Amino acid sequence: MSKSKLRGIQLSFSNTQKLRLEKALEQLESISSKLNSNATVIVADTIPVDEDAALKGHGTLDMGRNVIATVCGVVERVNKLVYVRSLRARYKPEIGDIIVGRVIEVAPKRWRLEINFSQDAVLMLSSMNLPDGIQRRRTAIDELNMRTIFVENDVICAEVRGFQNDGSLHLQARSQKYGKLENGKLLKIPPYLVKRRKQHFHHLDQYGVDLIFGCNGFIWVGEHVDVKDAMVEDQVNKSDPQNTDSAFLQGSSEEPTSTSLEIRRYICRIANAITVFAALGFMVNLEAVTETVTLSLSLNLGVHEMLEAEFHVQVAEQEVERRSKSTRRK
Amino acid sequence: MEFVNPEGLRLDGRRPMEMRQLRAEIGVVSRADGSASFEMGNTKVIAAVYGPREVQNRSQQMNDQALVRCEYSMANFSTGDRRRKTKGDRRSTEISLVIRQTMEACILTNLMPRSQIDIYVQVLQADGGTRSACINAATLALADAGIPMRDLVTSCSAGYLNSTPLLDLNYLEDSAGGADVTVGILPKLDRVTLLQMDAKLPMDIFENVMQLAVEGCKAVDSYIREILLENTKTLEIHRGV
Repeated sequence: MSKSKLRGIQLSFSNTQKLRLEKALEQLESISSKLNSNATVIVADTIPVDEDAALKGHGTLDMGRNVIATVCGVVERVNKLVYVRSLRARYKPEIGDIIVGRVIEVAPKRWRLEINFSQDAVLMLSSMNLPDGIQRRRTAIDELNMRTIFVENDVICAEVRGFQNDGSLHLQARSQKYGKLENGKLLKIPPYLVKRRKQHFHHLDQYGVDLIFGCNGFIWVGEHVDVKDAMVEDQVNKSDPQNTDSAFLQGSSEEPTSTSLEIRRYICRIANAITVFAALGFMVNLEAVTETVTLSLSLNLGVHEMLEAEFHVQVAEQEVERRSKSTRRK
Repeated sequence: MEFVNPEGLRLDGRRPMEMRQLRAEIGVVSRADGSASFEMGNTKVIAAVYGPREVQNRSQQMNDQALVRCEYSMANFSTGDRRRKTKGDRRSTEISLVIRQTMEACILTNLMPRSQIDIYVQVLQADGGTRSACINAATLALADAGIPMRDLVTSCSAGYLNSTPLLDLNYLEDSAGGADVTVGILPKLDRVTLLQMDAKLPMDIFENVMQLAVEGCKAVDSYIREILLENTKTLEIHRGV
């Protein structure tokens, strides 16, 4: 049973662990059944609509007499709007979303990014700040120097700017907080596990780690970079363009101090905490991640031990406790 | 040869109108956007869906709808005799095409312009009715990938042997040389999207056999819906508020 309920994990649970996990998941079920009514639909289910004037949103199809769902998910109603919030689908961009992506191509005046959407996203040279921070027209020389900014396989953080007339998705990176991400780890989790919030950039002071929750399910865990330092670093890059071709080399060779072992361990620990969360299918947010990291530290677990069956069970039990607390508060 | 004995039982002990046991599992390929495995008795197939994603071959890109591609293959160990099968043989090309057309009929391709959806199905164990099993697995995988669809396509086969209509033929019955009707329907919309028959049947018998296959499709549909609903509920519960 536990094997079929957890996707993507190939773990050998002992009998007691299996029972504990099942119990925890059952408790989760009982907690959430108190909260929401039964609004789960699957493809081609009829959605009850009260009035004819209802607006049919995403995931619905008007069949004349009745409205049916076209995806599996949960029916949401906002005033007159009826739509189906799908789980487990690719990322659907909304303007202003903060996303993390990977450069797959350097094209004329633009970079193409893989962001887990149905198309590649486009980051125009003109819609990002130049490293020197001066506002001016982008010249042909800037275009030739594009590879000093980002090259293929770089991980980038940016913001969704909007859809162009031709249907392509454009991004922008007009602030110092956006740009290349270095010295860290990229995690890919299903986008439905990341909620849109006010704050997507987090600095975990106690570990010296930056955490970026991309709305597209790409999560960056990396060494903390001060925004000011990033500017200085960029200027260094500019004065020495030969060395910048390989992003990886530059990161390790040019920085005055390379990432310390301690911080690298914390990065892996946080990354593993998120991996466990995603494997269990729990919503990933800052509080949950820090709590899980604290749990792993208090149990004195090694970084690799976090990916074992026992820790999955403990995280599930912790989540039950957290959710039951929050429901009681309400 | 006697395919239905005087007691009214078939070679594997089923009644003529009985299906084999169904078993489905969602999320069997971790890297895919959607995946499922589907078993009909001893026939076992696995399907993985990737996409909608950027079109690989730019010249195939369509500005008003998604490109759907399908690849069917049989594992070397899937049949009794271990044959090395070439990838692009006529049989697998034909089945790939059939699955693609069937799935394309239910995917709302116009919602995902300039993208491509890849469906990979592989037969792990072949015991007759692989075509139907592949379509059922592909439907589940597409639903798991969150791709908008009009309806769930389900498929089932039926045959006519010893002057009895038989539901869901296994390999022995399939290779007996009688008629084999594979039907794919959209159960909620009550439409046929796939109808294939080898050999010939008189009109009135054909209608009976097809009716039987449609009933089979509906049984598969109710099973698939159960599995999907449970899966969706579990996902939502685990996700929390």
